[in-house]
Amino acid sequence: MTDGTLLEPALCERLLGRALRRGGDFADLYVERRSSFALALDDQRLERAQSGRETGASLRVVAGDSTYFAHVDGLAEHDLERLADEVSAAVRGGAATPRPLRAAVPAPGQQIETLPGSVPAARKAELLRECDERARAAGDAVAQVAASYNEARREVQVANSDGLLASDDRTRVRLGAQVVARREHRVESGTESLAGHVGFELFDGDPAAVADEAARRALTMLEARPAPAGRMPVVVGNGFGGVLFHEATGHGLESDAVQKRASVYAGRVGDQLAPTIVTAYDDGTMPHEWGTDAIDDEGTPCQATRVIDEGRLCVFLYDLLRAGREGRESTGNGRRQSFRHLPIPRMTNTYIAPGDATRDEIIAGVDRGLYAVSFAGGQVEPATGDFVFGVSEGYLIEGGRVTAPVRGATLIGNGIEVLSRIDAIGDDLRMKSGFCGKDGQQVPVGTGQPTVRISELTVGGTDV
Amino acid sequence: MSDLESAARLAVEQALAAGGEEADAWCEDSIERSVRVYDGAVESLTEAGSKGAGVRVFREGRTGYAFGSDLSEQGLGALARAAAEAASVTEPDEHAGVPSTAEPVQRATLVAAELADWTMERRVELALAVERAARGRDALISNVEDTVYADSEGTAALASSNGFCGSFEQTQCYAYAYAFAGEGADRMTGIGLAVARGPGGIDPDAVGHEAADRALALHGARQPASRRCPVVLDPHVAASFASVIGRTLSADAVQRGRSLFAGKEGEQIADPALRLLDDGTDPEGLATAPFDGEGVPQRRTPLIEDGKLRTYLFDSYTARKAGRSSTGNGTRGSYRAPPSVGATNLLVEPGADTTADLIRQAGDGLYVMGVSGLHSGVNAISGSFSVGATGRVIRGGELAEPAREMTIASDLVSMLTAVERAGAEARWVPFGGSVKAPALLVREMTIAGS
Repeated sequence: MTDGTLLEPALCERLLGRALRRGGDFADLYVERRSSFALALDDQRLERAQSGRETGASLRVVAGDSTYFAHVDGLAEHDLERLADEVSAAVRGGAATPRPLRAAVPAPGQQIETLPGSVPAARKAELLRECDERARAAGDAVAQVAASYNEARREVQVANSDGLLASDDRTRVRLGAQVVARREHRVESGTESLAGHVGFELFDGDPAAVADEAARRALTMLEARPAPAGRMPVVVGNGFGGVLFHEATGHGLESDAVQKRASVYAGRVGDQLAPTIVTAYDDGTMPHEWGTDAIDDEGTPCQATRVIDEGRLCVFLYDLLRAGREGRESTGNGRRQSFRHLPIPRMTNTYIAPGDATRDEIIAGVDRGLYAVSFAGGQVEPATGDFVFGVSEGYLIEGGRVTAPVRGATLIGNGIEVLSRIDAIGDDLRMKSGFCGKDGQQVPVGTGQPTVRISELTVGGTDV
Repeated sequence: MSDLESAARLAVEQALAAGGEEADAWCEDSIERSVRVYDGAVESLTEAGSKGAGVRVFREGRTGYAFGSDLSEQGLGALARAAAEAASVTEPDEHAGVPSTAEPVQRATLVAAELADWTMERRVELALAVERAARGRDALISNVEDTVYADSEGTAALASSNGFCGSFEQTQCYAYAYAFAGEGADRMTGIGLAVARGPGGIDPDAVGHEAADRALALHGARQPASRRCPVVLDPHVAASFASVIGRTLSADAVQRGRSLFAGKEGEQIADPALRLLDDGTDPEGLATAPFDGEGVPQRRTPLIEDGKLRTYLFDSYTARKAGRSSTGNGTRGSYRAPPSVGATNLLVEPGADTTADLIRQAGDGLYVMGVSGLHSGVNAISGSFSVGATGRVIRGGELAEPAREMTIASDLVSMLTAVERAGAEARWVPFGGSVKAPALLVREMTIAGS
């Protein structure tokens, strides 16, 4: 079928009716066709060529506070009917009648110039080889280079008992490089990636620059000395640094955590949590960003949501279910990894808005501190706001200047506390792509920020 | 022959017809049911069917993989052709291929027959019982955010161009609860969990109480002062470290120069108190199966014994490259990915002393109950790590005040050689794989706090 329809509307209506035949307040059907291709290069060899093609569907019935969910691989009609019987089996009530489906006005999608699936695999192999050559040329200490290419197209269709019928066609590509540098007994690695909700045209410029950057990180860290430990000012770099806001604050703004009182931000809407220089957004409409879609996975158009306005907490991030409980509208944050997953409130592209200081001015204001440029993963406990982040690229700041690189630094703190300690924001907003895991679901997200200074934070280092 | 075995065999035939010299195909058909409860009511019931196939094709030494959800003859044919096409862009490797011979496999009972008698209502009852046990444990328990019970039953089949064709059925269950103790700045969280073949193997009270007790033990935690001191890792934390060590012992990581243990086979890498093995046959282990993702029988492989590194974990490719035999560690996560080297069930062998004994022996130190950032925070090549931690201060051989917002920085080699004793009470912890571990006493580690 063309025009984005994976399953005939008439069949969708019938399935929704069958799912609600024993009652329920709401039902939706999610249909997905997914095709993917991946290729890797490691130690100068091209390997792990993989292609995938899956179709499937899931049905959900919401009755009171309970959700009944089932999914199946494939779109065989008898399987879909069985699915409707399964989700309705545990509901006790009179039959509910879904509204007739009305095709939604299509939300504007991302313009894809070159579908990655139409590009010969040999060109993708060439991209990886370019990365390899560039990284190896960066220095004699470069010992290993790995690069990976991934593309995926997800065609999705959502139909629900409120009469919504919507679809989206999402194409994402990603190129990543990892470089290991070795000198005597020291071994360090660096990574960088280029990714977007975009076609193969993402690689029109100089894609192998990701290899330069990964190599630069690894080589720089070879010179690193042990990180200091203790409380000190920390300047968090732009781009990658946004992971800190995503983890330490963003997750606490997701309404499922809030409604279960599992977030330190519960009950704090309207409160001044940060200085007035802090404004932050979740924006699923940023052109070609990694976390951008036309609609979320419940059919709600993606939107830009100002979550913090001049330091004041404005709103949480909602899907249909959690929004319904508060009698409000979804913010377009009901996302799922695939048809195999229930939608839950998730961030899209989350960032701290730029201020007007330059990076150098911000650093000049620090006598002794840490400049944290990128992180090697982190974790946060939404219920307490406590977080820990490993700093994969970090530097000492001494006398207002960035001096030596340091290794083994971690940032330990609490989300709310850190927000309140932001005392400078730069003018250099950058976005980065990443995968965010929650409840066993991985979704693509954008994170970003300009250079941000935190007046005081605990740095865990090896140099105690 | 089961339908799934026939499908796998058909996929292999199609792959050979598409130009492959060798091929294997893995097919799965499973159903998972899960119950999530909150505040005494069902939050969600999920029934998840999964059915698909993955085909690996070797063509002039080049490897390609394709997976899909269509198990019809036509669908399998399309997969076989896609895999053969994917192979064409990769580079030839003389060691690539399926295992050279098909080895006979033992039958194993991996099914809890009782699961068939469990209705959705009983599953809900079990999950609610876990939540009640957690909420009722103590007046300080302020919330139980998440309580889940889930089980799965499924069949997996593998066919290979070496003549192997086999399948096995298995059931798995797990339950966990996530409890909060206290409010505001004093609030801390705790997780309780259990895994078993069948729901009868899960004690809902034990899971609920563990979640509550772990949260209560940390309630009111504050940042401790920085120090170097003896550390006792509780079984949850010991298991997390074991799974990270297991990853560094993969022959794939070693051959790619991404393991700190490269070139260390036969060498002293740990204190003799630490004994680690991979056991793909342990009847309790949820990673147990008659054969791995390439049809090689799973087995029991000592990894660290008498402080020495005995062997790495091999699949057939890494074994051929090293002139060794596969240890049956060509694992498959699902049909959506090709087999790769990985641990099955990792077991840290228990010692003679109880956890309380280890705490006494530590004297003044730290009892670590949680680490965060471990799986992304360990440099696999240097082994250095710095992780966030929560736990209790140990003073005069007894547990004292709770501690949070601290980091432990060390490296795996220093830690392994500093393990002084393993506790007697080992338990299964499904963090980063199927792992069973006791508490471990480590001579000295650096704690960064205030």
